[in-house]
Amino acid sequence: MSGGSYYVPDQSRFPIFMALSLFLLVMGASSTINNLDDPTSNSVYILYFGFACLFLTMFFWFRQVIKEHLAGLDSNQLKQSYVYGMAWFIFSEVMFFAAFFGALFYVRALAVPWLAGEGSKGAAITAIELWPAFESSWPVMTTPDQGNEFDLAKKSMAWPGWSKALQWLPLWNTIVLLSSSWTVHLAHLGLKKGNRRKFNVYLGITVFLALIFVGLQALEYYEAYAHYGLKLNSGIYGSTFFMLTGFHGFHVMMGGFMLAIMLARSVFAGHFEQHDHFGFEAASWYWHFVDVVWLMLFIFVYIL
Amino acid sequence: MSAVIENHHDDHDHGPAKGITRWLYTTNHKDIGTLYLWFSFAMFLIGGAMAMVIRAELFQPGMQIVEPEFYNQMITLHGLIMIFGGVMPAFVGLANWLVPMMIGAPDMALPRMNNLSFWILPFAFFILLSSLFMEGGAPNFGWTFYAPLSTTYAPPSVTFFIFSVHIMGASSIMGAINVVVTIMNMRAPGVSLMKMPLFVWSWLITAYLLIAVMPVLAGAVTMMLMDIHFGTSFFNAAGGGDPVLFQHIFWFFGHPEVYIMILPAFGIVSHIIETFSRKQLFGYSSMVWAMLSIAILSFVVWAHHMFTVGLPLAAEIFFMWATMLIAVPTGVKVFNWVATMFRGSLTFETPMLFAVAFVVLFTIGGLSGLMLAIVPADFQYHDTYFVVAHFHYVLVPGAIFSIMAAVYYWIPKWSGNMYDERLGKLHFWLSFVGVNVTFFPQHFIGLAGMPRRYPDYALIFADWNMVSSVGAFLFGFSQLLFLFIVIKTVMGGKKATDQVWEGAKGLEWTVASPAPYHTFSTPPKVD
Repeated sequence: MSGGSYYVPDQSRFPIFMALSLFLLVMGASSTINNLDDPTSNSVYILYFGFACLFLTMFFWFRQVIKEHLAGLDSNQLKQSYVYGMAWFIFSEVMFFAAFFGALFYVRALAVPWLAGEGSKGAAITAIELWPAFESSWPVMTTPDQGNEFDLAKKSMAWPGWSKALQWLPLWNTIVLLSSSWTVHLAHLGLKKGNRRKFNVYLGITVFLALIFVGLQALEYYEAYAHYGLKLNSGIYGSTFFMLTGFHGFHVMMGGFMLAIMLARSVFAGHFEQHDHFGFEAASWYWHFVDVVWLMLFIFVYIL
Repeated sequence: MSAVIENHHDDHDHGPAKGITRWLYTTNHKDIGTLYLWFSFAMFLIGGAMAMVIRAELFQPGMQIVEPEFYNQMITLHGLIMIFGGVMPAFVGLANWLVPMMIGAPDMALPRMNNLSFWILPFAFFILLSSLFMEGGAPNFGWTFYAPLSTTYAPPSVTFFIFSVHIMGASSIMGAINVVVTIMNMRAPGVSLMKMPLFVWSWLITAYLLIAVMPVLAGAVTMMLMDIHFGTSFFNAAGGGDPVLFQHIFWFFGHPEVYIMILPAFGIVSHIIETFSRKQLFGYSSMVWAMLSIAILSFVVWAHHMFTVGLPLAAEIFFMWATMLIAVPTGVKVFNWVATMFRGSLTFETPMLFAVAFVVLFTIGGLSGLMLAIVPADFQYHDTYFVVAHFHYVLVPGAIFSIMAAVYYWIPKWSGNMYDERLGKLHFWLSFVGVNVTFFPQHFIGLAGMPRRYPDYALIFADWNMVSSVGAFLFGFSQLLFLFIVIKTVMGGKKATDQVWEGAKGLEWTVASPAPYHTFSTPPKVD
């Protein structure tokens, strides 16, 4: 700091509105979920209202931040704070996925074999008494209770072998998402060279690829439910498969939405300078993160 | 451009806004710190009232006051409120007040997000407490909410509990990101990492732990939600999952969480002992390395909470030794505090009394933790009152004493007034006696085999339970004296000097008392 004063923003009413929106959102979500069996319940409107409030608050909050930035109020120090903040946020997201990957590794490496009586663990003996017919395999197609409580799937999403590789959606998803990581990088390079056209074009392609990915993922879920009989309640394989790919898909939608906003800001408002474009950079970091998670999914959920 | 932006540059000079909007819309780290501290005080009293219900029921064997179902709700909410509503927000409040002043920053790095992370909390706890009035009652499965008790057998309010934990977690993550970014990016020139006050160091490490493990908690409650309502089988062995998986995920969060509640205490106590010993702190850099080692080790010890669930032998042995290893850096810290006091010019004002009591009583809690780490011994102690005694020793005369010490130590800087030293000492001695009378006998009844979380017990445990309840009432009602002292100090009293304490070191003592609304609008010079 060269003698300048620090940046301290004024009072703001956005945070408390955001807290209130979150409150409405989670109250709505909880009551809706608790009343899923009750068709007369109106709680879903609280949920919608909470969502609407959240989006509006975020819109005006981000608009304010962008305005302040364009007015030149952001010191270099504040800009650096945004950089650190985004990095730590992504780290927290990594840990969220780590919980689900941890669950996957645990059931694959330990819980399922134990349930089938492998190893010397005491619990395994109990399992043999409870479910003697269960055999350990991955994907678990027949649950230990032989589908008593669960809808058993006919087919899994696992690697179908080289002969059918080209009809295998996850392979196409991988190609699409990896290419989109590359195109967002090309967009970034274009911006750093001051080539706005290149930036807009490649960012547009990235958003388009994001849409394709989400579409393919939706198709895959449709296939799973309609043709494979693979559902959330198909036992542990369905649980881990849908939760991991589902949260990833949700993050793809968020990341794609962020990139779409950046594209709109660039095309319609001419935002982002050659050396000053952290809003875009943050969204692109998020995009690369989503891509890395997919690679992990592709290896550990689909292939192995 | 909006008016907000045009008026921006003269903000630094004027004081707080008038009326309620000061607190609702504030971006000031001192206001937000105050909000956090008062919120945690309110939660401390609510959670404390629940503890009084628990101890009243346990005063005698047999069922006297509450139904067993309600008792279960009390132990669950007592734990959740004290941890997520009492201790954690108190430390975040202290971080808000102190970190910017200690490193010469004007405010937290992301002030609006700072406001958001506070204001989520009242809503989250409103949801949690309102579950008491829902059909089927509040969550009743203990604060560790083990599956399947919290999934298959849970009351309907568990859904509200899950979502309130989600937004509490979001609040903690945002608060922690703010602290990390402030410390990494906002230090005045000259405040290098190894010159940072230890409270700042302790919070840098705590915030890292928070960002790493709160998302894991979010994952755990999400899996619960899916298992309860959407047919997944993460924690259901019939579908190929495992209830023990819940415990692994929970304690992967839960063990670092324990250190989240004690590392800032280490920082606070280091400052107070240094000041009232009128000496330089012994072994500053070893203190930093000890905290870092504790933080790293905290990620590889989680299964010591689960020795009796049927882990493979190799896992039991690994987690036993890893846990015992933590005694080494913790021992380093205790010896450093003692060495700081050794041949110092000691005086025992209220903050120092609480700090010294912290060192002694926290060490007792640490040593009973070492006993629990021994696998064959833990098979005996698991889920008895010995465990209850252990973690209350590290949390009440540990974390909470450090928070009280911090309040007495810094309140002259916050309010500009000195607290009443005689009342402060009275509060200390009542608390000190109360806490030991409450929790020390629980070691005995635990070793004798009394299980935790039951509203009734065998006659042989009656005497020590009665002693424990008497201590709990003494401790509980003495906290009303604390409330009185704090209010009295805020309202008026002897004016504090800027330096406040003769031996105090650090940037926060260079500014006026009370600290001006905006400190350090330009970076201070630090050698």
